Amino acid sequence: MLIKKPADIRSSEITPKETYQTRREFIKAAGMVTGGAIGVSVLTKGAAVLHAVQPALHGKKWPNVKPNPAFSNTNGELKNTWEQITTYNNYYEFGIDKDQPSELARNFKTDGWMVDVSGECAKKGKYSLDDILKGETIEERVYRHRCVEAWSMVIPWNGIPLANFIKRMEPTSKAQYLKFSTAVDTKQMPGLRSDVLDWPYVEGLRMDEAMHPLTILVVGLYGEMLPNQDGAPLRLAVPWKYGFKHVKSINKIEFVEKQPLNTWQRQAPREYGFFANVNPEVDHPRWTQATERRIGEFFKRKTLMFNGYGDQVASMYSKLDLKKNF
Amino acid sequence: MWAAYYGRLSANPLSDVTNETGVWTLRFVCLTLLITPLRRVTGWNAVVRFRRMVGLYAFFYGMLHFLTYLILDRFAGLVDFPDGIVSVTTARNLVTSSIGDIYKRPFITIGFTAFVLMIPLAVTSTTGWIRRMGGKKWALLHRLVYVTAMAGVVHYWWLVKADISRPQIYAVIVTVLLGARVYYRYRSA
Repeated sequence: MLIKKPADIRSSEITPKETYQTRREFIKAAGMVTGGAIGVSVLTKGAAVLHAVQPALHGKKWPNVKPNPAFSNTNGELKNTWEQITTYNNYYEFGIDKDQPSELARNFKTDGWMVDVSGECAKKGKYSLDDILKGETIEERVYRHRCVEAWSMVIPWNGIPLANFIKRMEPTSKAQYLKFSTAVDTKQMPGLRSDVLDWPYVEGLRMDEAMHPLTILVVGLYGEMLPNQDGAPLRLAVPWKYGFKHVKSINKIEFVEKQPLNTWQRQAPREYGFFANVNPEVDHPRWTQATERRIGEFFKRKTLMFNGYGDQVASMYSKLDLKKNF
Repeated sequence: MWAAYYGRLSANPLSDVTNETGVWTLRFVCLTLLITPLRRVTGWNAVVRFRRMVGLYAFFYGMLHFLTYLILDRFAGLVDFPDGIVSVTTARNLVTSSIGDIYKRPFITIGFTAFVLMIPLAVTSTTGWIRRMGGKKWALLHRLVYVTAMAGVVHYWWLVKADISRPQIYAVIVTVLLGARVYYRYRSA
């Protein structure tokens, strides 16, 4: 008897040689590409891929920091965390990526810091941080911080009113503007090797802006000494202006007659001006300024005129065309 | 790969995702363009088998990048949701806002162009389509990738704030890869 043995696999079900070879090639190649991609990523970003960015270590606390609630009204908006404020920094002297300053400024030494005061004032000279803080009360001010790149934070700064310091320097009647410079320390600031900006980083304020009670010289964050990546030991906070006005690691203050040319205006005059007041109605040529992303949030927020400080600062600009003087 | 950079997400992960997907698109576009010159130089013909896959990777990342833009930039930036977040009004506002943005901002216009040009290439990437179109026509169409590559570099160049060193690197790479084609054409003519 002949029992016909059925073929257990129909020939139509057999994968043609060509197809399965292609499949194998595909899988192999896919593996190669993915592996290669990870490899490239490790090579280009170095160790950063392998460990997460580290926030600033907690340092020395300032004694007797006094909260100033009158200057800390953010309408209930929550403060950003220490980690956010110390790992997301625009500080090109320590690299152009936001997470680079937290790594590259870690060993920045600011001992014996001196600030050179010159120009149209009676008390020219070099001042240490102790000199600057002598007789002052360090206040805590919770300010909104709006970057020109359309992200923002809420930051508890510790500092003193810049006006107090200016008065002590006894400016002459010729002093119409203040010019600030960031230190240029090629040994300690690896970002200076790149010519992405003209060093030193320069910023300026008109005298009435500098004397405004909202303007502060910052020496701390969350009650602690200012972390290096945030501009230690001395930086500016002018909360109704874009972040790039908040010059960091100041080692030079000049009282001048003419409006100084600030670094970003020099870099791209069509995109960045001298005043740089936060203004949702005047867009950056390449992106909108009407909204912003608060770091830590998904949905964007509406940007407020003068960053929400209009009732205190708008009168200074009543005669100014804000579209032209952006 | 995602995990690799999830480990190093910054305080603004949303912008990280946008940047990373964009840069990876450009890397894969360059890799696609590398395959033909590599074959010419090394005589390693087998490498052409990877070209379609690398090209599709580029398209895949381009799509991720575009979706990231739609969701993280446009949708999250609507701010007002008068009829609730999931609604016809939201969809309509999203479309209006995206079209307006693509029209208004040159770096978005050119980035969008680079992406749109990849769509016909992805669609006609199958062997069936090569047969249907005929090799010559197909190859001609797929030269659109040259435009995508150049537009991609310009997109990157126009969006950076001051530091053009990274867009410059890609500009050099794309110039060399396209230059190699001009060179071979000139030599064979």
